[in-house]
Amino acid sequence: MNDRAQTLDRSVRDRAGATRVAPASGLRASSRRSRIRSSQWAAWAFLAPLVIYLLAFYAYPMYRNLDLSLRNYTVYSFVHGGAPFTGFANYTAVFHDPTFATALVNTLLFTFVSLAFQFALGMALAVFFAQNFRLSSTLRALFLVPWLLPLIVSASTWAWMLDSGSGVVNYFLHFLGLSPVNWLTSPHWSLVSVIIANIWIGIPFNLVLLYSGIQAIPATLYEAAALDGVNWWQRFWRITFPLLRPVSAVTLMLGLVYTLKVFDIIWIMTRGGPVDSSTTFATWSYQLGFGNLLPEFGPGAAVGNLLVVMALIAGLIYIRLQRRQHA
Amino acid sequence: MSTTTSARRRLAAAAALLLVAGAATACSTSTNSGSSSAASGTYTVWDPYPQFDNSSAWVQLLDKCGTSAGVSIKRTAYDTTQLTSKELLAAQQGVSPDVLIVDNPVVSTLASAGVLTTTAQTNLSTTAIELNLLGAGELNGQTYGVPIGANTLALYYNKNILTAAGVNPTSITNWATLTAALAKVKAIGKSGITFSAIGTEEGSFQFEPWFWGAGANLTSLDSSQAQAALGLWTGWVKDGYAPNSVLGDTQPDNWQTFAAGDTAFSENGTWELSAAQKGTFPFGIINIPAENGGAAPTPTGGEFVTIPVQSDTARYATTEKLVSCLTDAQNAYSTDTTLSYVGATSAVQSQQAQTVPALDPWITAVHTAKGRTSDNLGTKYPKISQALWTAIQASLTGQASASSALSTAQSSAQSALG
Repeated sequence: MNDRAQTLDRSVRDRAGATRVAPASGLRASSRRSRIRSSQWAAWAFLAPLVIYLLAFYAYPMYRNLDLSLRNYTVYSFVHGGAPFTGFANYTAVFHDPTFATALVNTLLFTFVSLAFQFALGMALAVFFAQNFRLSSTLRALFLVPWLLPLIVSASTWAWMLDSGSGVVNYFLHFLGLSPVNWLTSPHWSLVSVIIANIWIGIPFNLVLLYSGIQAIPATLYEAAALDGVNWWQRFWRITFPLLRPVSAVTLMLGLVYTLKVFDIIWIMTRGGPVDSSTTFATWSYQLGFGNLLPEFGPGAAVGNLLVVMALIAGLIYIRLQRRQHA
Repeated sequence: MSTTTSARRRLAAAAALLLVAGAATACSTSTNSGSSSAASGTYTVWDPYPQFDNSSAWVQLLDKCGTSAGVSIKRTAYDTTQLTSKELLAAQQGVSPDVLIVDNPVVSTLASAGVLTTTAQTNLSTTAIELNLLGAGELNGQTYGVPIGANTLALYYNKNILTAAGVNPTSITNWATLTAALAKVKAIGKSGITFSAIGTEEGSFQFEPWFWGAGANLTSLDSSQAQAALGLWTGWVKDGYAPNSVLGDTQPDNWQTFAAGDTAFSENGTWELSAAQKGTFPFGIINIPAENGGAAPTPTGGEFVTIPVQSDTARYATTEKLVSCLTDAQNAYSTDTTLSYVGATSAVQSQQAQTVPALDPWITAVHTAKGRTSDNLGTKYPKISQALWTAIQASLTGQASASSALSTAQSSAQSALG
């Protein structure tokens, strides 16, 4: 439909072009040309705010970050300019840093474990709330609280609850007769702790998107299925889940991009420690650029760019999948 | 009809362009006004004291000094952790403030960035300042500012707990007697000591009294003295004299634990003195002991007043008047009292010793204190410090022994310094 309209439009324009070369209407053609040019100007003027916005707030910072990562910046050359171009030296340094492997593994673990749990729990809650029982909307609203709280509040609260000495979680474990766990200060548990907090924060996002997806599934399908005598599992696995696939893909994609760059929760709860045990690329990049008395802008920017590349790859995979779905 | 629409479009385009141009000029004028305000007599001051609002004594002092120098003051307060990057960016854009008050270990970083003037350039007098305090602001034989006051670390103790445990605080003179006191405290079911072993500069700052108190040197992190100091902390955590949460505690966190009333000692600074006086239990202060007796050298804390480089060098004369006013004996005394700092000059210190007897142990501690970036470590210090706090965390979590954690630290510090 759309394609046909375009070809029609093109043929009309071609015909107009044909009249333009006709010698009799030379004067009119030139006035039309100027009108076309002025309308083009207007089009650019309307585009300008967006283009300027994109250049100023996306393209330029990206360029600066790339530039930072390709030069050997000291604090002196950061202020006075003249940092020598060193190619990929910062990247090589980052790859050979003992923190690199830990940060990579932690970033992947943090992202995928968080996503898996957020999505599974969000889906379970969405299906649960889709039944529309009494108080379901109130309860659903309550589940949004983690999403509405400022991250500094929720992260500090988690840090407080998981404190090894005075935290309520260890108090509870003690109550159950279990020995206390050093949630935030043991290298074995720190990553687990920040993942738990991140899952809690991410559930509402998954719940909201999946719930609205479920609302869009026609009720007639469920009625027909009910007549065929399906059980609840088949109802979910054969109707809800397949029909939610596009919404699920968007949810997971957005969640992935968001989770890759999570910084606040980790920094507030553990500062990436103890000894890098909960460091991800996001906290490592901050640590290099701002977390020390002497900033290392080059390597910090390089780590930041690695994050951008990871998000980009995820985005490309998503577009590829979507195209295959539409084909 | 069509001509009116195209005219309207042209108008819209013109309006849009105007808007953009307007925005661009707005930006450029606002940056200009920052540096060209010399003539109008407005001097900018950046400080790391966001806790002080316009009605505070500090801001009133700034205004008073401005008035006596014949200029008006525009003051902005930042969080201390943000101030370094803010100043580096401002210097890059040529809009540094006239007066910058920064944490002392940052001075050498900013100086090596070519952002600060030397005291010789601006004729700022440093003669009254105690030399060990001035050390943090020195790099390659030049001084880049004057301390507004100093603070350092000592041990606060809870008198009730020590009495109950039968510990006499005057008997604590070295590490062995301190550890014995902690054992007695643990025996009555209380917590021994809290400090901050967090994986940031704060962790290194808190460790340095023990590190230097063992006779270790920051240029060799893996010495046997350094191992003894780290072994002391590790032993305390392992034996339950210190809670495991020290690994994540900042200094305010560590203070909160102590203020709750179940911990005998807290390694903390002068700035908690007023909180301690308002507390629910009687407290005392002892100097941090060195391994074999005597007071250990502690790292100096506190801010330096610096004068960032300006393109208009004529401003320095007025700026120098401002800084001299802020740091003169009477004004420094009142500022240090509000900040709960020890004065940087002997004049201020003797005045404080008379009016605030509680500051006495701190004045002693400040005399034996040394700058973290002193000994011309300068910008090497941040790298060394990062290696050091990593080693502290590795050892306290049991990931590595004190000796292997420190030898890793030494090699990573060496490779970072090239």
